Amino acid sequence: MNQPRRLAAALIAAALLALAQDAATADTNPELDRLMGLLAQRRHGEADFSETKYLSLLRQPLQSSGVLIYDAPDHLEQRTSAPKPQSVVLDHGILTLQIGKRQRLLRLADYPQLAPLIDSIRATLAGDRAALERVFALDFDGTLEHWQLRLEPRDPALAATLKRIDMRGERAAIREVQVLQSDGDRSVMSITPRE
Amino acid sequence: MIRTRVVSLSVWLALVALALLVVARARYSADLSAFLPRSPSAAQQLLVQQLQDGLASRLILVGIEGADGATRARLSRALATRLRARAEFVSVSNGEDASQDRDREFVFRHRYALSAAVSAERFSIDGLRAAIADTLELVASAAGLSAKSLFVSDPTGETLQVIDQLQGAQPRRESGVWSSADGARALLIGETRAAGSDTDAQAQAIGLIRAEFAGASTATPLQLLLSGPAVFSVDARVTIEHEAVRLSLLSTTLIVTLLLLVYRSLPTLLIGLLPVACGALAGVAAVALGFGVVQGITLGFGVTLIGESVDYSIYLFIQSPQRSLWRTIGLGVLTSICGFASLLPSSFPGLAQLGLFSISGLTAAAAVTRFVLPQLPVTLKVADLAPLGTAAARLLLRLRLPWSVAAGLALACALLLYHDRDRLWNRDLSALSPVSAAAQALDASMRTDLGAPDIGDLVVVNADSEQAALQWSEAVGARLDELVDQKVIAGYDSATRFLPSSRTQDARRASLPAEQPLRSRVAAVAASLQLQPDALQPFVQQLAAARSAAPLTRADLDGTSFALGADALLWQRDGVWHALLPLRASGLAGWGAAGAASDRPADPWAADPIDIDRVRAAVAAVAPGHILVMNIKHELDSLYGGYLSEALHLSLAGLAAIVVLLLIALRSAARAARVVAPLLLAVLVVAAGFALAGTRLTILHLIGMLLIVAVGSNYALFFDRRAAEREPSALPLTLASLLIANACTVIGFGVLASAHVPVLSALGATVAPGTLLALLFAALLAPRRVLAGA
Repeated sequence: MNQPRRLAAALIAAALLALAQDAATADTNPELDRLMGLLAQRRHGEADFSETKYLSLLRQPLQSSGVLIYDAPDHLEQRTSAPKPQSVVLDHGILTLQIGKRQRLLRLADYPQLAPLIDSIRATLAGDRAALERVFALDFDGTLEHWQLRLEPRDPALAATLKRIDMRGERAAIREVQVLQSDGDRSVMSITPRE
Repeated sequence: MIRTRVVSLSVWLALVALALLVVARARYSADLSAFLPRSPSAAQQLLVQQLQDGLASRLILVGIEGADGATRARLSRALATRLRARAEFVSVSNGEDASQDRDREFVFRHRYALSAAVSAERFSIDGLRAAIADTLELVASAAGLSAKSLFVSDPTGETLQVIDQLQGAQPRRESGVWSSADGARALLIGETRAAGSDTDAQAQAIGLIRAEFAGASTATPLQLLLSGPAVFSVDARVTIEHEAVRLSLLSTTLIVTLLLLVYRSLPTLLIGLLPVACGALAGVAAVALGFGVVQGITLGFGVTLIGESVDYSIYLFIQSPQRSLWRTIGLGVLTSICGFASLLPSSFPGLAQLGLFSISGLTAAAAVTRFVLPQLPVTLKVADLAPLGTAAARLLLRLRLPWSVAAGLALACALLLYHDRDRLWNRDLSALSPVSAAAQALDASMRTDLGAPDIGDLVVVNADSEQAALQWSEAVGARLDELVDQKVIAGYDSATRFLPSSRTQDARRASLPAEQPLRSRVAAVAASLQLQPDALQPFVQQLAAARSAAPLTRADLDGTSFALGADALLWQRDGVWHALLPLRASGLAGWGAAGAASDRPADPWAADPIDIDRVRAAVAAVAPGHILVMNIKHELDSLYGGYLSEALHLSLAGLAAIVVLLLIALRSAARAARVVAPLLLAVLVVAAGFALAGTRLTILHLIGMLLIVAVGSNYALFFDRRAAEREPSALPLTLASLLIANACTVIGFGVLASAHVPVLSALGATVAPGTLLALLFAALLAPRRVLAGA
């Protein structure tokens, strides 16, 4: 019964990966460790997003847009403004969903299957490659100027719902996050950093 | 002479045999009925019933601390698995996935019976559109590509609705098992098969938990914490037994040593103890005959109360057995009886039994001293105590207490007590509790973390049938919902959240549309919400199945963690169904929305912010006569406060009876006053001492004061006897016997005062100084000529 919430948290976290962006310094060496180093330096970030979800259940894709906010080390926020206002906030391990008038709180630690995923997301934002690789197989491609990072779950239980996360970015700015579900449904989020 | 001896001894032996027979056949009880008033109110009865064998009394709360969350969780699982295999436990819950999966399955399968949102409107075209659009928003939100697997079966979101209804009952989870709010302690609940009042079985269950924990524990140092009513009673029993053995060994050694020094012969010593033994025997027999059942509290305290009977043989052995000695001892016994008789009418059965025990015990002890001891064919050997008495008399001649000073002291003490009158007595039952404050705090924190049933405020529904109890619970729940909206209470629990009445279930089922109309409505809604036409096929099929599903019953809860909740909140006893609706105060948010990270007060009883009168008013119209609103702590304290007030009044009546008795027996107001004055003064000084020390008095202190009067009256009467006698007996021997008797009392109760159990130490700390002062004051206030002969 907690399936939707779990997934919700996973997806939000994935989306929020996009927040680590716009680092001050660039590095010419296109290695994953360098990218991680850049990501880790972010203390705060804000970005506009627009997202398209393709669900087999719906006759047409769903569009949404809003703002993403990140404060190191453990505050992540997705504020959707269109088509309807809603917000998802992860703060100190507690996820708050505000949809319409209803607010739901869930503690990530209560969801042991989800916790590794979120920890890994945090690890990414913190630039902790080792922690990230405990949960996902990482595949880095391209240069630091134009890179792609593919995350594939190692745990079969997680892989049953989540096939992979594809991120695309320029230096420390994440530009796009695609989440692909195991049943073929997917979402694409484009991110534009606010200067 | 020989004839008298034969008659005395045969009557005595016959009575002893009779008493032994009664004692052997008596029924003994260690349960809490000693604390239940003779004519209890419905709330009190329910309370004691719950304490005796309610579910709450059978729950053992287990905490695991140390190492890291994953290690604690592993041990929690291992311990739960081991304990579940044991017959001693009905269930062991630790929130692990298996039960969580069963809970989910249960909620999902019965969502249309459980969801309070189910109504005919919800399944009309407009209702469906609104509900499905809501859920779709969740699916379409960041929260959810995979909410769709649930969405197609439950697009109106009843599963989530039920989860919301049940929130508040779920503890925090850490590494997949229940944990404390701060995450530092893994938590389990064990439900024992034995009743909470079966202390032996509970001790066994607790030992089992410790053993299995030790067996499952790895090398990592982890601590096991246990709490709950059973743990408290087992611990209390162990402490009291341990204390009783330790203290009685100590005081027996001291007293026997002292008496051996005095008597110089073992037979004399043993014969001296004969009156106490016979008194105890007679006391138990009288209680068994008078009450039908002997309470543990009576056995525990009775012998202490008749300890003064050791004094009788001391007086007999040291002083010579003259007619006037028997008169004095007889009068002393009568004053003690007047004092203890004030316990007899108490509505607290424990006190009433103690009263009867003391009266019959003292009478028997005095009779044995008077009629049996002198007839025993042994030679008594006693040390020459005349020098001791002479020295004491010399000392006393130098220390005089003028009546004016005594009156001034009494007045000062009385004024102090009057000044402190509002905080003199501790009307809080917990003052008597042998459970330490630390243990109580641990229990409160574990209970809060687990949402275990036992919090302060309750609504209780009493009904003739399970269904009536559930229906009234629902009606009460509707009123309580209004109070939640008005913020009078933060929330409440009710069995109807997971077991609605069949009437409510029928109504919900009846509001589900038939398959054909539903199909066409869903098609219309799907079109307007851009859903694929066949997407909600599973919903239509499952709703049709729910329409003809069998009603949800208590049996369906088996295997889920809701079963424990159902048993705690709904049970049958003696043909009456009881449903509990524990209220949550505003400070104590449940495990739901706002509660996840809030700071909880460590002690849920510390504050009582619920306006119980508003709750009472709100539920008044629901089934009058069947609904009780109560605060457990308040009920317990008022029960105890009632006993205390009553005991106070009865003690004053007892004092008046003693005064009347002395006036009649001594035929002189002045003599009666001289006997009563030192006793009153001793009681006043001891009470003032407690007030100065900041110790608030309990019912045990009151019993202690009765004992001061009972024991002290003997001393005062001896001084009176000397004053009244024309041919005074040997003063040094009288004084010596009083000193020895008092030394025994002070040793016995002084040792008791060092006990860690509050009831024992309160009694000891009152009686030891009190009797010493009574003797001192009696001697100092006696006419000068009494002491002059030495």
